[in-house]
Amino acid sequence: MSEKNLLNDLVNKTVMSRRSFMKWSAALGGTAAVLANGGIPSSLAQNADSLGSAFAEEGDVYRCACPAHNCGGRCPILVHVKDGVITRISSDDSNYDEIDKPRVLACTRGRAYRRRQYHPDRLKYPMKRVGPRGSGEFEQISWDEALDTVASEMQRIKDTYGNQAFFVPYGTGGSGGFNGRGTAMRLMNLFGGSLNFYNNYSWAATQVATPIVYGTQSTGAQRQDWVNSRYILMWGWNPSEMIDGTNTAYFVKKARENGAKVISIDPRQSLSTVALADEWIPIRPGTDSAMLTAMAYVIVTEDLHDKDFIERCCVGFDQSQMPEGYEDEESYVDYLMGTVDGVPKTPEWAEAITAVPAAKIAQIAREYATVKPAMMYQGYGMQRREWGEEAVRAGCVLPAITGNVGISGGWAGGIAFQVGGGAGGAGFPSGSNPISASIPSVEWHEAVLRGTEMGPEDGLRGVDQLDTNIKMIYAVASNCLINQHPNINRTAEILADESLCEFILIHEHFMTPTAKFADILLPAAMPFEFYGITGSWKYGEEAMFQRKLLDPPFETMSDFDICAAIADRLGLGEEYTEGLSNEEWMQRIVEQRRERYEDFPTWEELMDNNVGFFQRRVEEPSFAFKDFRENPEENPLDTPSGKIEIFSAAMFDRNDPERIPAVPKYIPEVEGPFGPKASEYPLQAMGHHYMPRVHSTHDENPWTKEAFPQRLFMNSIDARERGIEDGDMVRVFNDYGTVMIPVRVTNKIMPGVVDLPQGAWYDPDENGIDRGGCINVLTSHRVTPIAFGNTQHSVVVQVEKA
Amino acid sequence: MANQLGFYVNLSACSGCKACQIACQDKNDLQDGRKWRRVVEVEGGEWLKVGEAWTHNIFSYYVSTACYHCENPPCMDVCPANAITKRDDGIVLIDEDKCIGCRYCEWACPYGAPQLNDSTGVMTKCDLCHDYVDAGQKPACVSVCPMRALDFGDMDELRAKYGEVENVYPLPDPAMTRPAAVFKPHKDTVLTDSGSATIVNGEEI
Repeated sequence: MSEKNLLNDLVNKTVMSRRSFMKWSAALGGTAAVLANGGIPSSLAQNADSLGSAFAEEGDVYRCACPAHNCGGRCPILVHVKDGVITRISSDDSNYDEIDKPRVLACTRGRAYRRRQYHPDRLKYPMKRVGPRGSGEFEQISWDEALDTVASEMQRIKDTYGNQAFFVPYGTGGSGGFNGRGTAMRLMNLFGGSLNFYNNYSWAATQVATPIVYGTQSTGAQRQDWVNSRYILMWGWNPSEMIDGTNTAYFVKKARENGAKVISIDPRQSLSTVALADEWIPIRPGTDSAMLTAMAYVIVTEDLHDKDFIERCCVGFDQSQMPEGYEDEESYVDYLMGTVDGVPKTPEWAEAITAVPAAKIAQIAREYATVKPAMMYQGYGMQRREWGEEAVRAGCVLPAITGNVGISGGWAGGIAFQVGGGAGGAGFPSGSNPISASIPSVEWHEAVLRGTEMGPEDGLRGVDQLDTNIKMIYAVASNCLINQHPNINRTAEILADESLCEFILIHEHFMTPTAKFADILLPAAMPFEFYGITGSWKYGEEAMFQRKLLDPPFETMSDFDICAAIADRLGLGEEYTEGLSNEEWMQRIVEQRRERYEDFPTWEELMDNNVGFFQRRVEEPSFAFKDFRENPEENPLDTPSGKIEIFSAAMFDRNDPERIPAVPKYIPEVEGPFGPKASEYPLQAMGHHYMPRVHSTHDENPWTKEAFPQRLFMNSIDARERGIEDGDMVRVFNDYGTVMIPVRVTNKIMPGVVDLPQGAWYDPDENGIDRGGCINVLTSHRVTPIAFGNTQHSVVVQVEKA
Repeated sequence: MANQLGFYVNLSACSGCKACQIACQDKNDLQDGRKWRRVVEVEGGEWLKVGEAWTHNIFSYYVSTACYHCENPPCMDVCPANAITKRDDGIVLIDEDKCIGCRYCEWACPYGAPQLNDSTGVMTKCDLCHDYVDAGQKPACVSVCPMRALDFGDMDELRAKYGEVENVYPLPDPAMTRPAAVFKPHKDTVLTDSGSATIVNGEEI
């Protein structure tokens, strides 16, 4: 059946009890002039003045949040609805577009959303597994049977093993409050709790490493401050594709227009590099801290460091400022000069590691230290690696020793959440978890396999020992059981064993690689089919309304409604909903937001005036550490010393210097170019965040897939050596598994490195070879030493023509 | 009324994200592989190993391209059914009721703008969102660009605002058809085909 027919089918079968939507075009006269002048409170005119008339003919037009999922951006879009069907997604066509309040424009993924919403493969009914777990063999069941099974299994597992047996894994497919894992956490918390996790698959190492140096994660600035920068190092940072906050690439463009020189340091010539950089410097993945260290060597030996700032604000730079009790230990300068290890960290030393010419390293060091203010922005890819913490710490030290911290146009580095700003606030509360035991987010497979044997060495927190292994997984909007989890083949083996995890409950939109492992698979409604609210998270000043425009099709239900129905079976229904519907909850949340921002739209304004979008103006952008820099004694950091810790006594005290050095160091990776497997697997594989997807979301979308097909990107020199030509089917393999995928031969990736963009859906053939191009077939379960974070970017492979 | 509406494409700001391409597909409901706007990826340069280091002169840029509503549209000239017309404001339109699907226009157009709708058997192409334009709105592709790399308007005004560059590789020589477009080159843009750069995303366009 063609997709179009299925769309009609979907529409016809659904009882379209259309809500009495205010038809704003009719109600407000349908012209831009009328809209600008009438019907909308003056405080909202900024939001409303852009609603044009041309769209009106295409049906009713609603200003809504793009569903976003775990996108780095959060964007308003205009959704056209005709006869109960979304017919178009258009742009917020504002004429106002200034740096203090820019237009907030959705990307490729948001533009393509209609084909996700009306995809023929959407899950339509509750299902139960009928084949072996993971086989993907399911049978349709009624909601009653599904809910009864879930409730009885939950009760059985609670009675048999206790609440530590439950686990709600990391998952980021929902972003509106009434979808996603928060809805399940609320249920679990009411039911007595579940095994917690800490950290996440995105930021594990940097969330720990940044505070080691700075005592906080708020090391960034509002992006309007970037235009004050004169020199920007985009270090492994690709905001054009991963959208690190809507408009982030645009702000770099503005900085460049204002005179900043922009350098991109990245193994591949990314979309961001092409659009934003004056120069591209390729670097071997996983060697960032070597180049950073050599830059520090150049800066110090050429006397380009900011001695006053170092003296006032840092500890551990050299022997003169070691903390008390650590006077004889290795300072940062000792490490640079090789005082202890006998290896001066010269550019030549780094060249052999990074493949960046020594002269280029020295040049970038000089430019960064002298063209001020300078901003070195590290992406997060380098911290999802074996020594992720070290790359972050080394990246924090360089801004400190050059005095680029606490000044406008500078940048302290690290995770760099913005200081000030934002437009967040109340959401749907998930409550608090009565269980205190917690594991690293990426270690749940170990807790399934051997939870009771885990201890602090595995990152277990909150208890000395677990009472039980994980016996039930409740995954909502999560593809982290299989697709986004490292070492899929081993993980699948653990999950497939029904004697280990006894029950897997999943809410999904599609039959994802994770969904195939469900015992009960429940069809979740999509955004636009219920109410929610979202907003900018890392950068930005916006909040957006996820408006219910459609009724959930077929037998789908929102995650909120599913959890409420399960709660009802467990006698917790009233506590779960507090007697409120999704719409009534949203009204409450809007009122709570208005308590924080008095000009936040009212419910009526959202619904009747189609406001849908709240944006705060930024006139004086804030930046981190201003007060600290001015007076570090009166405004100490939240570090043990109160200063920027180049040397960390706390890390020294871990007494594990080879893995957890007291000053940031370069350490070669096991799964790297100098590791034990390098001769067998001579290519490093990266899996960058790819334009057509948000992680694994949107991999089903024909429009984004057509625009950006999944390929192995390979340098022409590596291809030639292997007799591989553009378009050939190739086999990509290592000890963990094999992927078969067509190759794109390109010179936009450095020799020795291949790129298999992360997030493509695992699709094993009868021999277990993945045909979908999922990089996690090739990744390891190794974790980082300090944060117990994932290391999914440390990958070595061999490639051959299939 | 403008004499000739056209596009401005800022190659120096384009990231190749294809939001324009998909916004166009969404607005025009192109679900069958047709792309009235598409993005060409151009690449050139070489790698050289010096000692332990890799050096290079690799460059790349993207060209977002669509129908250029040419001053001398060859598609219109070759159409045996007189299905293609040029409005007073320069927008070139295909009348799908008149089109007989002979595809002459597709062969005549150096930009590959006219594309067959397999299910109706007639030719289709970018209409510069004339419905939006008539209502005072910007075309879909222009209005969505996250990098603000696209603009449209009267060609005289666009040239006054953005300059006179009217050709970039791999687009064909503009002399014949007089496309209604002005470009801001990327720092690495090759202006004419010198053999130093190639299209590398053929399968995507």
